[in-house]
Amino acid sequence: MLYLPHTNEDISSMLEVVGVDNLDDLFSTVPEDCRLNGDLNLPEQLSEWELNDHMEALSHSMAVSPEYKVFMGAGSYEHFIPASISYLLGRSEFVTSYTPYQPEMSQGTLQAIYEYQTLAVRLLGMEVATASHYDGATALAESLLMAIRVTRRSKVAISGLIHPLYRRVVQTYFEPTGYEVVELDYLNHGVTDIAGLDEMDDLAAVAIQSPNFFGCIENLQAIGEKVREKEALFIVSFTEALAYGLLKNPGSQGADIVCGEGQSLGIPRSFGGPALGMLASRKKYMRSLPGRLIGQTKDLDGKRGFVLTLATREQHIRREKATSNICTNNSLCALAAAMYMASVGGTGIRELASLNHDKAEYLKSELKKAGFKIRFDSPTFNEFVVEFHKGFEATYRRLLEKKIVAGLSLAPYYPELANHYLLCVTETRSREDMDALVSSLVP
Amino acid sequence: MKEPLGTTGLILNEPLLWEKGKKGRCGYSLPRRDVEPCPLDQELTGEGPDFPDLSEVDVVRHYTRLSQWNFGVDTGMYPLGSCTMKYSPKTNERQASLLGFTGAHPLLPARLCQGALKMMFEFEQYLTEITGMDATTLQPAAGAHGELCGMLLIHAFHKKKGSQRSKIIVPDTAHGTNPASAALCGYRPVPVRSNEQGILSAEAVAEVMDEDTAGIMVTNPNTLGLFEEDIQEIAEIVHSKGGLVYCDGANVNAVMGIVQMGKIGIDVMQLNLHKTFSTPHGGGGPGSGPVCVKNEFEPFLPVPRVVEENGRYILSENYPESVGKVAAFHGSFGVMIKAYSYICSMGPKNLKKASQLAVLNANYIKERLKGTLHLAYDRPCMHECVFSDKDQLAHKVKTLDMAKRLMDYGFHPPTVYFPLVVHGAIMVEPTETESKEDIDQFIEALKAIVKEAGEDPDLLHDAPKSCKVKRLDEVAAARKPCLAG
Repeated sequence: MLYLPHTNEDISSMLEVVGVDNLDDLFSTVPEDCRLNGDLNLPEQLSEWELNDHMEALSHSMAVSPEYKVFMGAGSYEHFIPASISYLLGRSEFVTSYTPYQPEMSQGTLQAIYEYQTLAVRLLGMEVATASHYDGATALAESLLMAIRVTRRSKVAISGLIHPLYRRVVQTYFEPTGYEVVELDYLNHGVTDIAGLDEMDDLAAVAIQSPNFFGCIENLQAIGEKVREKEALFIVSFTEALAYGLLKNPGSQGADIVCGEGQSLGIPRSFGGPALGMLASRKKYMRSLPGRLIGQTKDLDGKRGFVLTLATREQHIRREKATSNICTNNSLCALAAAMYMASVGGTGIRELASLNHDKAEYLKSELKKAGFKIRFDSPTFNEFVVEFHKGFEATYRRLLEKKIVAGLSLAPYYPELANHYLLCVTETRSREDMDALVSSLVP
Repeated sequence: MKEPLGTTGLILNEPLLWEKGKKGRCGYSLPRRDVEPCPLDQELTGEGPDFPDLSEVDVVRHYTRLSQWNFGVDTGMYPLGSCTMKYSPKTNERQASLLGFTGAHPLLPARLCQGALKMMFEFEQYLTEITGMDATTLQPAAGAHGELCGMLLIHAFHKKKGSQRSKIIVPDTAHGTNPASAALCGYRPVPVRSNEQGILSAEAVAEVMDEDTAGIMVTNPNTLGLFEEDIQEIAEIVHSKGGLVYCDGANVNAVMGIVQMGKIGIDVMQLNLHKTFSTPHGGGGPGSGPVCVKNEFEPFLPVPRVVEENGRYILSENYPESVGKVAAFHGSFGVMIKAYSYICSMGPKNLKKASQLAVLNANYIKERLKGTLHLAYDRPCMHECVFSDKDQLAHKVKTLDMAKRLMDYGFHPPTVYFPLVVHGAIMVEPTETESKEDIDQFIEALKAIVKEAGEDPDLLHDAPKSCKVKRLDEVAAARKPCLAG
C-alpha cells in the first residue's frame, strides 16, 4: 500500500523493540469481547486508476457549467475563480498544516489569516473579524448566541427573509437552550416588516439579511435605528458577500455583528461545502466572539509576527464556559477568500459587483418585456423573484431537458409563493445565456 | 547521529498585503461587459471596500513566500497528538477537484446530482460499517460540530422520553471541546477522574451516574492514547439509569477494523474525517465530523437524508422527529469526497493495517523514549503516547522549551500541555504514514535535546533559532489585541 511505508523487516524489528510477537498482540489492552472477528465488510481496494474512473463516472452525472446554465443562487453562487488561486491554494505547506498552535512554524497561515480578518473587516465595515466559521448558517446561529451572552437576554427576532435553511439551523441550535426565536414577517415589496418589533421587549438581537433571500436590499440604516431604540444588538446576515463590493456595507449602517457566507469569494460551490462562515463585530464585543482569532505581536528580536490569541475565550481553557465549542474553523476557505479579495482588489471588486448587478437587471428587464412579473419592486443585487404562470413546473422540467436550471422554486420555503422562482445572474452568465433562457420560457 | 534534518535556507520577507500594490493594478481577468450599465440608486451604494490593488504576480509571490514560512505533513513529521496528522494522499485532492463536484449547486434537483448523492449514500454506509453503528449523517462540518450534533440527538432522545436531564459525565481524559459541546445543549458537565492506570473505572462512573444524568461523553481511545478497557461495563451502568453513551471518535485511527464501537455499548459517536480518513487539515480546517448512531437515534438525524429508491437517490425531508439542520446544505461535501476516496483506495485490509501500524509506531516511540523522557503511564498504548517534562524541570527546562527546540531539528512539535491530567504533557502521535527511518530520526532528535537540556539548557530556552521568527510574545498579543491592520 503506497501510504503505508513499513516493510516486513521494519515491522519485525519494531515489534521486537515493543516486545510483542505480532501486530495483533499490540492490542492486548482491548478486551477480547470488544474486538471485531473477521474483516470489515467494505469493497476491496481500488488502484489509483480505477479510482479515477469511478470518481469521473460519478462526477459526470452532475449538472454543472458550462454544459448546464444554472440560474440558481440562494446561498450558493457561481463566480469565476482565477487559476492563480487554485494553484496557490494547493501549496501543501498551507494544505497539510494544522491549526497554528506553534506560531514560529506557522507564520504563513497566521499572517494570511490575519490578512483575511483585515479584508473581512474592510468588506463588512466592522472592527474585528474571526478567523472563520463553518458556513453562513452556523455563523448566524453563533452570532445570535453571542448577542444573548452580551445582553444577558433570552429572546431574539430574526427576519423571515433570512435564508430559510439558515433559519432552520438557528432553530436547531436554539431548540435545547430554552431561548426564544421570533420571526418577522415581510412586506409586499419584498423587505422585512419591522413593525412587529414594537410589541417585543427584552430582545437580545434583531437579525436581518441584506440582500435578503428574495434578493432585495434592506434599508439597514432605518432598521438599525429601530433596533437601537429597543437596546438590542443589530445583526446583519448575508449570503452573497460580493454584494458589498457595491452596496453600502453593514458596518456603516449601524450593525453590531455581521455574519454570513463567504463562498462567493473564490470558493467553489462544491455541493454546498466546505463553505466560509464569516463573522465580524464591533471591537467592544471582541471578547465575546466565538471561534479563533489571530493577532499581531512581536518576537524576541522585536520582529513582527502573528499568533492565535484571546484563547481564554476558548474551550481548551474555559471548558464548558467557553464562548463556543468551535475548534476547527474553515481556515483554507478563509485563505481562498483572502487570495480572491487580494486578486480582485478594491478597484476590481466594485466593477465585478456592478457587472453582477447590471446583468441581473438585464435579465429582469428582458423577462418583463416577455410578459413575466417581477414579484417585488425593491432594488436587488444579483437575485430576484419572478412570478410565473400557474403550472410553471412543467416548463421548468422542460428547461432542465434543455440544460437550463431556471432558478429555485420558492413554494417549499414560502407556501404562499406558488409558481414563484428565485433567479440569480452572476458574471458567469453571458447575455446569450440570458436570451436563451427568456426565449425558452416563451412556449 | 546522522546529519540533522533541520537547517536554514533563504527565506524571504514579505509585507502585509496592503503594504504593497498600487492603485489601478488588478490580479483578476474582469469578464467582458455584454450588458449596459444600470446604476443602482446612490443611496444604496457605498465606496467599495478598501482593498489593495495587486497584480497577479504580486499575489502569487505573496502567498508563495507565506507558504514557505509554514510547515506541513508534506514537509516532515508532524506528530501532533490527538490530531492524527497522517499523510493526505494526492489522488484524493484530484477527485475532489473534478468539475462535476466543485461546480455543483447544493440545491440541484436530485436527478441532476445523482453522482454526489450516490457517493454520500455509499460513504454513509462505509462509515456505518467501520464504526459498527446503524446509521450515519454527514452534515456536521467538523469534529466539535459532530459532538454538538450528537448532543442534540441525545437531547432529542430524552425529550421524546419525556424526561429531560440536566447533567452529563465528561472524564478528564476527554477531548477539550466535549464540555463546551454539552454546555451548548444545556447540559452541565460532571467531571470524572481517570484512575491510576489512565483509564476510567466503572466504579467512578457508577458513583456519579444518576437519573438526572443524560449520559457520558467518553473519548475512546482516550487522550492518553489508552483504550477504555471497562467501556462495556461503563455502558451498562449508564444504560441501566436510562443514560446514553456518546463516544468522541477523534481517535478511531487506532482501532479501524479492530473495534466496532457500536458493538461495545456506544449509542452515538462522531468521526473526524480530517484525522482518521486522511483529509488534509488545511491550517485548521475545513474538517468534517460525521455522526454515527444506533437505530434508536436514526429518526433524530439531521435532514435532508440521502435515500435510495429503485436504484435512484433522492434527498428526503420526511423525518418528522429530526433535530433539523446543523449546516445550511449537506456539510463539507468536498472533504467527504477525499475521505471516500481514501476508503476506496485502502480497502478493508489496509484500513486495519493502518490502525495496526499507527499503534506499532506509537508503542515503538514509547519504548525507545521511555528511558529518556518521563512516561506518564507505562503500559501498552494505542495511537499515541504521553510523556512529560518531569525529569527536565531540575535543569529549568520545560515542555515548551523542548517543543521549540524540536523545530530546530526539523520536526513539528507534538501536542504540548494536553491532556491536562499530565502535568507538562508531551503527547506524541506519529500516525502510520511515518516510516521507521523518520521515526528513528525523531527519536534521536529528542534524545539529543534531552542531552542538551542537561548540558546547555539555554540552547532550549532560546529555541527556535532556525524559524522565520523567534518566540513570539503571546501575552502582549492578548493584552493589547491587534486583530486587523
